[in-house]
Amino acid sequence: MKRKLTRKQKTEAKWGLIMVTPTLIGLLVLNFYPIVQTIYLSLCKTGDFGIGNVFIGFGNYIDAFKDPEVFQAMINTFKYAIVTVPIGISISLVLAVLLNRKMKGRTFYRTIYFLPMICAPAAVAMVWRWMYNMDFGLINHALGTNTGWITDPSVAWICVAVVGIWSGLGYNMVLLLGGLQDIPKDYYEAATIDGASGFHTFFNITIPMLSPMLFFIIQTGIIGALQLFDLPFMIMDTTSRAFSSVKPITYLFYEQSFIYSNRGYGAAIVVVMLVIIGIITFAIQRLEKKWVFYN
Amino acid sequence: MGYQTKTRITALVIHGILICGAIIMMIPFIWMVLTAFKTRGQSISVDPFYIFPNGSWQFGNFSQVWNSYNFLTLYFNTLLMILLRVIFACLTATMAGYALGRLNFPFKRLIFALVLIQMMVPSQIFIIPQYLMVSGLGMLNTQFALLFPGMVTAFGTYLLKQGYQTLPKELEEAAEIDGCNIWQRFYKIMMPLARSSMVSLGIFTALFAYKDMMWPMIVCTNSSATTLAAALAKLQGQFTSNYPQLMAGAVMAVIPMLMIYLFFQKQFVEGIATSGGKL
Repeated sequence: MKRKLTRKQKTEAKWGLIMVTPTLIGLLVLNFYPIVQTIYLSLCKTGDFGIGNVFIGFGNYIDAFKDPEVFQAMINTFKYAIVTVPIGISISLVLAVLLNRKMKGRTFYRTIYFLPMICAPAAVAMVWRWMYNMDFGLINHALGTNTGWITDPSVAWICVAVVGIWSGLGYNMVLLLGGLQDIPKDYYEAATIDGASGFHTFFNITIPMLSPMLFFIIQTGIIGALQLFDLPFMIMDTTSRAFSSVKPITYLFYEQSFIYSNRGYGAAIVVVMLVIIGIITFAIQRLEKKWVFYN
Repeated sequence: MGYQTKTRITALVIHGILICGAIIMMIPFIWMVLTAFKTRGQSISVDPFYIFPNGSWQFGNFSQVWNSYNFLTLYFNTLLMILLRVIFACLTATMAGYALGRLNFPFKRLIFALVLIQMMVPSQIFIIPQYLMVSGLGMLNTQFALLFPGMVTAFGTYLLKQGYQTLPKELEEAAEIDGCNIWQRFYKIMMPLARSSMVSLGIFTALFAYKDMMWPMIVCTNSSATTLAAALAKLQGQFTSNYPQLMAGAVMAVIPMLMIYLFFQKQFVEGIATSGGKL
């Protein structure tokens, strides 16, 4: 059944469609067609030198599940996310709470903590690589140790995680500070009158009132961590023995698709990644409904 | 202990913690700059705390890296990519955001659903087909390749839709009574009011483009066509352990964005705090 549109509604519809068209075409060509093509490619075997695709069904997925390298990269990526997200957010929360008051130098601190956020990750990674250097690095000199921070597989992943946390602190802190400033002051006043301790107000007012923002940060943080790409291979050599213990899934995707030109396999890896991120996003949103306090 | 002394001690402790944190944040930057002015021998000398390089500061590292990597071209490529991406993102997103936020038209909900889906999908999934398209057009190693995935933005469309929705509708109604058509209402009245969302989007787009490594590494393998971020990976491959030269390259890559940040510090931080981007 068609409703008759007035002339005004018709012009509105016309303009709406005209204005949304560039974005719509862009999304279809640059994003939605690629999703379909990636899924199709993941079902194909790519010929030598990346030429020619033969449909093989789920072969690439079966290979990926059997491939110890894929398994290892998954473990590395999860390990990175599980360590960096909670630690990073806890430190940022402490900093945000400390900064959430009238004080001298607030802008100064904010500017400094935010600094890594505006730097090319490649540059940041290069400096840390130099500081981690075993023979001449600043860290070994300062601690008087002789540890191969980025050559020893058992500590290398922690060293990468440290850089990840360091880089993201300021960004999370600024978001949390924004959330803290939205909490009405009278809640704290009432708590003070009731004689609540600082500890109590933090867990009974600050955390619940901040929970929507905390969840947002946890969610974007986990998704961001699962898509880690540049830090590991810039901090250490890809030829290093330790690299296999930090190589993330996106690097494996890049390597398979663009260095070995094995696009079908690369596409399968990225589809698996998409599914995992999808499941995690869904799970987090279910938890959000349970735990987050909305005013 | 009096109330005043107690608050003063608390303030001191807080400043102490924050200053320690600030030092930790700054050390890598300080170390980067100091190393960039040393000779190779000085950089691996026994005492790394011998901070001021013997005699004078070395500028040679900068000129060597500058010449062997043609940083002028890298700056130009990066700047042009950022400008084009910001212009494209702001133009397409402001129109689509206005349409989705304030107009009624067929398939509006479906189109908005597409925007949301694109935001939720990790961008790596688009990369192989996008690469195949660029290479099919014969545009690898060009400025077009660098712009290509940034021509439209789902995140920006969403951000601006939110921005337009919060504007009061009376303004638009008044303009309508005065005889403005939809385009005039959008262009003359609403768009200037959504400026702060557009500034946020511009900052995000610029930062994202500047930091992105994977895409330029894939489509611009030629070092005269690539961006600063991707060139650093090559630099590291070439100068492997010549840290003073690597650090000189890193300093040169970081400085432009750092200057912009220090100038527009407030917009950067507030843009992110108010809209919570997806960087």
